[in-house]
Amino acid sequence: MTFSPELEAKLTKLVNSYPAGRLKSALIPMLMFTQDEVGSITPELVKEIANRLKITPVQVDEVVTYYSMLHKKPMGKYHIQVCTNISCLLWDGDKLYEHARHKLGLGHKEVSADGQFSLEEVECMGACSWAPAIQVNYDFHHHVTPEKLDEIIDSLRKLH
Amino acid sequence: MLFNPPSPLEVKVLTVRFGLPNSASIDTFLANDGYKAFEKSLDMTQEQIIQEVKDSNLRGRGGAGFPTGMKWGFVPRQSPKPKYIVVNSDESEPGTCKDRVLIENDPHMLIEGCLIAAQAVGSKTGYIYIRGEYRYLIDVMDKAIGEAYARGYLGKNILGRGVDFDLYTHTGAGAYECGEESALLESLEGNRGQPRIRPPFPAVAGLYACPTVLNNVETFAAVPSILLMGGKAWADLGVAKAGGTKLTCLTGHFNRTGVYELPLGFPVEKMINEVGGGVRGGLKMKAFIPGGSSCPVLTGDEAWPLTMDYDSMAKAGTMLGSGGVVLMDENTDMVKAALRIMHFYQHESCGWCIPCREGTTWLKKLLTRLDRGMGTEKDIDLVGDVSKNMMGRTFCPLGDAAALPTESIVRKFRHEFEAKIAKTQISMAGVASPFVVV
Repeated sequence: MTFSPELEAKLTKLVNSYPAGRLKSALIPMLMFTQDEVGSITPELVKEIANRLKITPVQVDEVVTYYSMLHKKPMGKYHIQVCTNISCLLWDGDKLYEHARHKLGLGHKEVSADGQFSLEEVECMGACSWAPAIQVNYDFHHHVTPEKLDEIIDSLRKLH
Repeated sequence: MLFNPPSPLEVKVLTVRFGLPNSASIDTFLANDGYKAFEKSLDMTQEQIIQEVKDSNLRGRGGAGFPTGMKWGFVPRQSPKPKYIVVNSDESEPGTCKDRVLIENDPHMLIEGCLIAAQAVGSKTGYIYIRGEYRYLIDVMDKAIGEAYARGYLGKNILGRGVDFDLYTHTGAGAYECGEESALLESLEGNRGQPRIRPPFPAVAGLYACPTVLNNVETFAAVPSILLMGGKAWADLGVAKAGGTKLTCLTGHFNRTGVYELPLGFPVEKMINEVGGGVRGGLKMKAFIPGGSSCPVLTGDEAWPLTMDYDSMAKAGTMLGSGGVVLMDENTDMVKAALRIMHFYQHESCGWCIPCREGTTWLKKLLTRLDRGMGTEKDIDLVGDVSKNMMGRTFCPLGDAAALPTESIVRKFRHEFEAKIAKTQISMAGVASPFVVV
């Protein structure tokens, strides 16, 4: 597989961050960074990473299935993650998630037919003092009301 | 960037540079005492540095509260193996959002803390393990690390003093369990985040089975101010056996939620009413969690007279934890709260130890049934029973973390569970079988 020059540079820097003989340490960051470009952890990507890190594909796969941010199927271009954990729940995070379900017409981990949006009810994301919070891909939004969520989704829709 | 205005009651030691223009840049850092503590450490012996940290009464800020100086003292410095510095920035404990604020506003303070720790144990390499959701902080941290290399504070022959130290960021990929130190090390080695059996502890055999200093972001970030103020003066900011200040995250039903730096031993009543602006809507406080959802839950009456420090919270049967305060007002549904907390631990249990894997799964089923009013009195007892049987029977503290809040909620708010059952029994009267299998 070939990646963009920027990603290749990032991966080169990454594998040089660990001591000699400890190449496997690069596995999880490498999965995260390549997933961002490829869209999901495809079987080809698993083989590619196994080759680069001199491990077996099953050693890659056992790690992929453990971590919640690694996906074998692509999520939407805009992955909407709504936290409903305790601090967000106390600020109606559960109702916000229900609102998102209706607005997007999607359930937990479902992707829209056009591939633009996906929804996930997520665990604590570290925005507890500014609840309820959502993440769109890696971007945080704090103190999100149903109206604010509508605005965020509508503005993303307008980009197309 | 600050997410909430500061409080006049804060004691600003770690957050002193927050709010300055470009507070994350090395220029702002250097203009405001940055890297002075590290320069001081270059003229100290390893024993002197560790003694200063011991004198400060700094205790681990990730939640366990283990004395930091003692932890550093366990590292076998004569060992021929390389020594590693590992920063735990996998902040995932529900209610906790302080490390995010620290890195975003002052990443060089963390680098300086790592440099001093490296001096104390003779380490040449460090890793900052940042949770996957905090991707933007990897960029913040990488930029700061780049600046530190460019100005000669990282790399070979630092400041011409013959000291070498390299520091790298490393991203996680979504796993609460990786905040547990031995699971974090597994993850850093490219494995599933499952805990290791201890002993040996990371100080002796950590990353790549080498001696490792592994601490929370806030713990490392506290070290520069300790060296500048002197350990004893830093200790005096807090109370006996708990020195300094703590970044405290006010979450839940406060009028002014936010992250505030408060001295150890700060009164709960003052924290709620003056720092947090009181309970939202002028309501009563029903429940209080001092430091993240793993802590046993206190009733409002239990919490008001306490102070925010390790001993006070231990005496009240709970823990200071990570500083993630969760306040619940009188309208909070405690059965729903217990279920949501268990939903989290069930999702995050790594599955390695059976009492945790099975316990969290069954507790979630029982609590779901009780929340829907379909449970029985016997189910309430069973929740308490299963929780007690999980405690102390797992490799890592996740099992306890799931059991402690659950057991305390069932014990202290049993009437709410009973009320849900009673309410449904009335509305379901005449229905053949009200029991559902969840």
